[in-house]
Amino acid sequence: MGKVGIIGVGQSNFVRGYPGSIRELAFEGFKEAMKDAKIEIKDINASIIASAPEYDKQRSPAGVIAEYLGLIPQPTFYIESVCSSSSMGLRVAYSMIKSGLHDIIAIVGFQKMSEISSSESQERMGRGADIQWESPFGTMMPAYYAMYAQAHMAKYGTTGEDLAKIRVKAATYGQINEKAVYRKPVTMEMFTDPESNISATVAKPLRVGDCCANADGSSCIIVANEEKARALCDKPVWILGLGAASEAVNMAGRDLLTGLSVGIEAGKQAYEMAGVTPKDIDVAEVHDCFTIAEMMAYENLGFAKPGEGKDLITSKETYKEGSIPVNVDGGLLSKGHPIGATGGSQIRTITLQLRGEAGEMQVKDPEIGLVHNIGGVGLYGNVTILGR
Amino acid sequence: MARKEVDDRFKKFGTISFTAITKTNDFINYLEEGKVMGTKCKECGAVYFPPRSDCAKCLNSNMEWFEITGTGTLLSFSELKYAPVGFEDDLPYTIALLDYGDYKVFGRISQEIPYEALSVGMKLKTEFNNLPGGQLNYVFARP
Repeated sequence: MGKVGIIGVGQSNFVRGYPGSIRELAFEGFKEAMKDAKIEIKDINASIIASAPEYDKQRSPAGVIAEYLGLIPQPTFYIESVCSSSSMGLRVAYSMIKSGLHDIIAIVGFQKMSEISSSESQERMGRGADIQWESPFGTMMPAYYAMYAQAHMAKYGTTGEDLAKIRVKAATYGQINEKAVYRKPVTMEMFTDPESNISATVAKPLRVGDCCANADGSSCIIVANEEKARALCDKPVWILGLGAASEAVNMAGRDLLTGLSVGIEAGKQAYEMAGVTPKDIDVAEVHDCFTIAEMMAYENLGFAKPGEGKDLITSKETYKEGSIPVNVDGGLLSKGHPIGATGGSQIRTITLQLRGEAGEMQVKDPEIGLVHNIGGVGLYGNVTILGR
Repeated sequence: MARKEVDDRFKKFGTISFTAITKTNDFINYLEEGKVMGTKCKECGAVYFPPRSDCAKCLNSNMEWFEITGTGTLLSFSELKYAPVGFEDDLPYTIALLDYGDYKVFGRISQEIPYEALSVGMKLKTEFNNLPGGQLNYVFARP
């Protein structure tokens, strides 16, 4: 059985308050991927639609979106693993192509976070974890990641200044990514300036500047079997490794608080399947929903030893010119985090990097790239390794 | 005909409970007696907190209650400055995780301990706590 290749990638601009419906939003990412793949809609045998359903008013969005994209009567279905939904969609598409069931599949991720009111959103935020045993205490996503930050600081001496450096890097690239929702610079000084919103505490020790930007957006990845990929595409990007894992939803069920076990496990699987090591990765997209999440990803993926993530960012090794460039498209922190679209956007970034088409964000001649996409607070983890 | 009574005791748990009906409803009665309880599998001895009515190790549903006693070690904590809808009046409050060796307990730090006094590794105990409106939870307090 041959390889599975990415033949088209696309994403909408990531924005606040998208002025259209979810089907129209999904259309934007799909249209760009179709133009990129240079294929006809009838060439696509199936579609996988990914989002986090708590933000959708539409029940079972797959059918509505597939119809709007012209993808009927081909099979379509919905995949959900919160923030890693579209990476999970890619995993499923890979297996459907490897099995021979389909030749070409489109994975469409989307999220219109502004579909519901801000108070509805706040109410759902409180139910983001174990609703029986944790939510009654008044929990929120930033507070869970703040607990990881607190534990990391206590064990390794990581500081708020170290975390701020990660946001400054993200903003460096967010400014040059025309699809990013947050295009402004962020400086170290803003984290200590009480007048700056960036320094305001959300959940100690995390500040506004440590948190990703909510956004509306869509992404689309089109994958094909090796024969079709070679015939249709000049520069197919191959899926070399896939890893996926899950963890206890309740913090009480977890042993590791200074890293995400799903990132470690999914990474291990992906490296093994691809037959590569962390040293072989030339460019990476990691799930930086919070600054601490990127710090832990450095360590969980083997770019740095446990506790040495702070040295990696301090020495700027994860900048574009460094030894392991990470999130040089602005990441979730500045590019934005439209839940269901995020994984597809990360895969798009690495695909463009490997094709040498990342423009101002281009890393020098990368051959192997990695995508690390986490769902919930380390509840689900997907790692995908791509090569040209 | 008399209406069948619904056992929704669990709606009393926490500032807002999102669950009303569970087989672990007796947890609430124990809380009312001032006890915070976990469950233990009578077949294989697996110990659970939060309590479970079914054992994931041996797939039995023959569980017994045990009380959380003594002190645990503070693994991590965070003080919230923003809260989800319905929890605004509780702000600021601190969520935390306590390690008891065989199990861990997730909850809130007692309002009597200032944030500045907290540090990873310190010993705390788990105790029952009354909330406004007849709601109940538990907090981590000085031993």
